Amino acid sequence: MRNPKILQKSALACALFISAAHGQNGRPADGDIHILPVHGNIYMLVGAGGNVAVQTGEDGVLVVDTGLAQNAQKLLAAIKTISNGPIRYVINTHHHPDHTGGNVTIRMAGSTIAGANVTGDLQDAAIGALLISHFNVFNRLSAPGGAQTPLPPAGWPTSTFMTGQKKLWFNGEGVDILHQPAAHTDGDSIVYFKRSDVIATGDIFTTTDYPIIDLQGGGSIQGTIAALNRIISMIIPVFGQEGGTLVIPGNGRLCDLGDVVNFREMTVIIRDRIEDMVKKGMTLEQVKAAQLTQDYDPLYGSTDFWTTDKFVEAVYKSLSDKKNGAK
Amino acid sequence: MERFRRMAGLIWLFPILLVPTPAAAQVNLDGSWGNLEILHEDEPERLPGPELGDYLGVPIKNAARYRADAWDASLLTVPEYQCRVHPSDYAPSFAGIRIWQELDRDTQELVAIHIHHLAYSTERTIWMDGRPHPPDYAMHTAMGFSTGKWEGDVLAVTTTHLKEAWIRRNGLPRSDRAVVTEHFIRHGENLTLMTVIRDPAYLTEPFIRTRDYVYQVASRNAPYPCESVEEIARPEGVIPHHLPGTNTFLQEFPARHGIPPKAARGGAETMYPEYQLKIRSGEAGTPAPVVTKATK
Repeated sequence: MRNPKILQKSALACALFISAAHGQNGRPADGDIHILPVHGNIYMLVGAGGNVAVQTGEDGVLVVDTGLAQNAQKLLAAIKTISNGPIRYVINTHHHPDHTGGNVTIRMAGSTIAGANVTGDLQDAAIGALLISHFNVFNRLSAPGGAQTPLPPAGWPTSTFMTGQKKLWFNGEGVDILHQPAAHTDGDSIVYFKRSDVIATGDIFTTTDYPIIDLQGGGSIQGTIAALNRIISMIIPVFGQEGGTLVIPGNGRLCDLGDVVNFREMTVIIRDRIEDMVKKGMTLEQVKAAQLTQDYDPLYGSTDFWTTDKFVEAVYKSLSDKKNGAK
Repeated sequence: MERFRRMAGLIWLFPILLVPTPAAAQVNLDGSWGNLEILHEDEPERLPGPELGDYLGVPIKNAARYRADAWDASLLTVPEYQCRVHPSDYAPSFAGIRIWQELDRDTQELVAIHIHHLAYSTERTIWMDGRPHPPDYAMHTAMGFSTGKWEGDVLAVTTTHLKEAWIRRNGLPRSDRAVVTEHFIRHGENLTLMTVIRDPAYLTEPFIRTRDYVYQVASRNAPYPCESVEEIARPEGVIPHHLPGTNTFLQEFPARHGIPPKAARGGAETMYPEYQLKIRSGEAGTPAPVVTKATK
């Protein structure tokens, strides 16, 4: 018997997948994977579903997110055009299928360095790359409770963390994996390549849609804004709002400080407008009727899955939810 | 016969005259172009900035109007905004520019034209070598990605990949979807720059702006450093803005100038001369009572 809650979550995940597949502005529609050099040995791969970040070097290849399942082979081929080195690490920024769909293919194309007593006890320890995520991503992908899982076990994270941070040293630089609670989901990680000065944000930040707040997946508007504040605090521009630290969003074009600042501005202003009406006791229907997003709809509004109405509803519910800090 | 001999003597010149003149030689825009002599031209834009709520003559959509109404100048006190530069479609409106060519050393073909803006010392490149614009997923910047070509003696430039910015410094937005075309027209010691902004997000029609400059025989642009500081102690992530319907400053502009409040709201109609007739006839609404210092 399938758990209805899990089915609900799967429906949302599928819908998010559809949204990612049919969006615009920074998403190529030709079905190919496009490679954009970012800084140093970091690349942004566009067209697999959500954006993918790839770091290469003498130690091998590190991949952040794996796109949609149906694009996994094309993604793997694209990675191989950048480097023939072994894929050692895969990091999932969150659990949605446009970012984890290729987990099995990409992970199993790689390998983990293992030896000594580890290989003695665990014969498969070297098979596949190490797949890192926050523990909540593992929970959602492995669907504890006997429900149907979104991915087979080979696509589940093999190295999870429950504290706020996991650190790696790979290809001559520190890689900071920073958990951001209750933002887009409850398992979001921001990946910061410290020497290359590049941040992969997952879907906490996109240039294509209003913030996608997956309430059922543990997301919230306040957590999203906190995450955007954190990303902004990590960025050092060359001048003004430009250059310096570069940002690979979950979907959309390559960015820097100015883009994240603009996105936060929109998110905060709409949050404030809706919060003002919530405090005045307005219903969701009244808030929707007020068209509080009309100035940003030409940029972020969508008739696709993540419609403006759904965004407003998510913000309203998030602000009305006591456990999210509503007063 | 004598005439024929003279002509024959000039025949050696023909091959030289037939050698195509490089495109770069059509008009030389190089040099510093200032606007100090003509600051009276669009003075609010070049010096203090336009008044709040002055949307006259800008073909804005409702979305742009709603957004500008929410704009609070205090936004510029937030550290991340303090050094935000003027975009390439606004920077020349603000202050002078310096132009120089980049030529391939071997072929002397024009590769690019560069422009330095006095405002924030930003520099842009206009590629003249026929390269394509980057894909959508490439970065957008304040300067954008520009390509140019000569149309006779006029340099025509197309710019894409612009970051979101502003059309006027009172909150009227220009989106990152905009495509900007510019025409640089030199008349001896004077330069006219015509900028046409097409923004499907916030404009119903192209917005056209011209600016004039005077050639500077001896000038040097001052540096324009900028350092963000904490001007106001606020909790992290606070964005100053006006909630819908609460921005009382919007009423000041029509009241100060005695124009109908409806006209101040802008839109394509207010761009055209015919709109003056509507104002005179009262069709555009009753002018706001003029508020002077004496009546305050």
